[in-house]
Amino acid sequence: MAPRAKRRDRIPAFKSLVWMASLAPVAVLADRIFLFGQFTGGAFVDDPVELIQHWTGMAAMIFLFLTLSITPLRRLTGINTSQRFRRLLGLFSFFYASLHVFSYFIFDQRMQLGPIAEDVLERNWILVGFLAWILLIPLAVTSTGGWIRRLGGKRWNRLHRLIYPAAVLIVLHFIWQTKVLEMEPLIYAGILVVLLAGRWWVRRRT
Amino acid sequence: MSETRHPHPSEVTPESIYVNRRTFIKRASLAGIGGSLVAGGVWARQKNAPRVEGTFDDDLTPWETVTGYNNFYEFGTGKSDPKKNAQDFRTDPWAVEVTGEVREKRTFPLEELIDGLTIEERIYRMRCVEGWSMVIPWNGFMLKDLIERLGPTEDANYIEFTTLLDRQQMPGQNSPILPWPYVEALRMDEAMHPLTILATGVYGKDLPPQNGAPIRLVVPWKYGFKGAKSIVKIRFTKRQPRTTWNEAIPREYGFYANVNPDVDHPRWSQATERRLGEFFRRDTLMFNGYGEVASLYEGMDLRKYY
Repeated sequence: MAPRAKRRDRIPAFKSLVWMASLAPVAVLADRIFLFGQFTGGAFVDDPVELIQHWTGMAAMIFLFLTLSITPLRRLTGINTSQRFRRLLGLFSFFYASLHVFSYFIFDQRMQLGPIAEDVLERNWILVGFLAWILLIPLAVTSTGGWIRRLGGKRWNRLHRLIYPAAVLIVLHFIWQTKVLEMEPLIYAGILVVLLAGRWWVRRRT
Repeated sequence: MSETRHPHPSEVTPESIYVNRRTFIKRASLAGIGGSLVAGGVWARQKNAPRVEGTFDDDLTPWETVTGYNNFYEFGTGKSDPKKNAQDFRTDPWAVEVTGEVREKRTFPLEELIDGLTIEERIYRMRCVEGWSMVIPWNGFMLKDLIERLGPTEDANYIEFTTLLDRQQMPGQNSPILPWPYVEALRMDEAMHPLTILATGVYGKDLPPQNGAPIRLVVPWKYGFKGAKSIVKIRFTKRQPRTTWNEAIPREYGFYANVNPDVDHPRWSQATERRLGEFFRRDTLMFNGYGEVASLYEGMDLRKYY
């Protein structure tokens, strides 16, 4: 009994660490923009909105990738603890995706629905990003224990497979937003291919 | 609006200090912490800060941004590349070749070319075709004064500007992103308009290399890419010259490139712009707010001649 209790005690501490790490991008952004990088260094920010949009977009994508790597990590290492943080990381992905989308709604479009609709429908790269965010909404809503019980594990799992198309759309959004084809989005595309192909391979074997 | 008379910014406070304070105030008040953090003295300074005469809230863009956020692909495509890569750029000695349909066809040392022309301060909005903008205190002279001195012939309908081609000093020219050297041009009546200047300085100092030293074109009612930098050749022509961006992607960048909120770039809207440092986009103004140039384009379909 004793070692098990000890193990449980470690989890809240680890959990708060994960929370702190997950909120770090917000703290860095706030420092760069409002305090001129007093604590985190960095140059004068010429275009704070661009910085916000870049950071929140990257954070949303990276947290989604982290969420996707929890299960393979468990399979490879046998460590179960990480499983507890899968929903938390997924929620942080949605949190940053929402900051990203709303910074566009508010700063770029001043919340005017007409121009937003026009922009989203006319420009493919905005459309795929917007769709990815829409796909994440039901996942965030049903992330509570109550919803898991209500839907039942099987149906919940099936619904949460929406994370796969969302991840693909996010990477497409990243690739299409650059003016000329750049290396960085392709690297992230490569990571996603590995994460998805690994699953396919495991499923085929079992 | 064409001439401004107020204390030069550098006479008031070192610009890096006051603009940073003002930027800070803007951002702090947006965060709702302005009142508690900002002392009265700073507010007073904000009121005294120079403004463009007769217009809305056109605060100067900070020196750091004007000289640190540049599109000058000769020094790299990133916004901070030019500042990084242009520091050793040699601008002295500098010569400018004058050629084409003009009386005095020869190569001038820069000092001789601009000798005796009146350098004044012009605070202009600068709207980039990418959708961002700045307000910049240039120092320069009216292009028309130089043109009158050079004496173009009757056949001179256009004036063309060529940027230095030097693959050693300008590393960006080693990649084929654009057909080098960079060439821009104006119709003669655009060039003769009193708003059109050749700039040799900014914020009361010599142009830093990343801003197009030692001499560059500034046409405030056109998208920024029309402003050829580090000019080594001025050619007067009868026919419309080929210009770099228009040649590279004609569907997206026209010869005229007048700022126009009603004519979208194929990939993005031009109706609004982000003034660098601000959070909310503002409406883009026809001819970038310089409506006095409208008569130059009377009867022209600006959708066709974008």
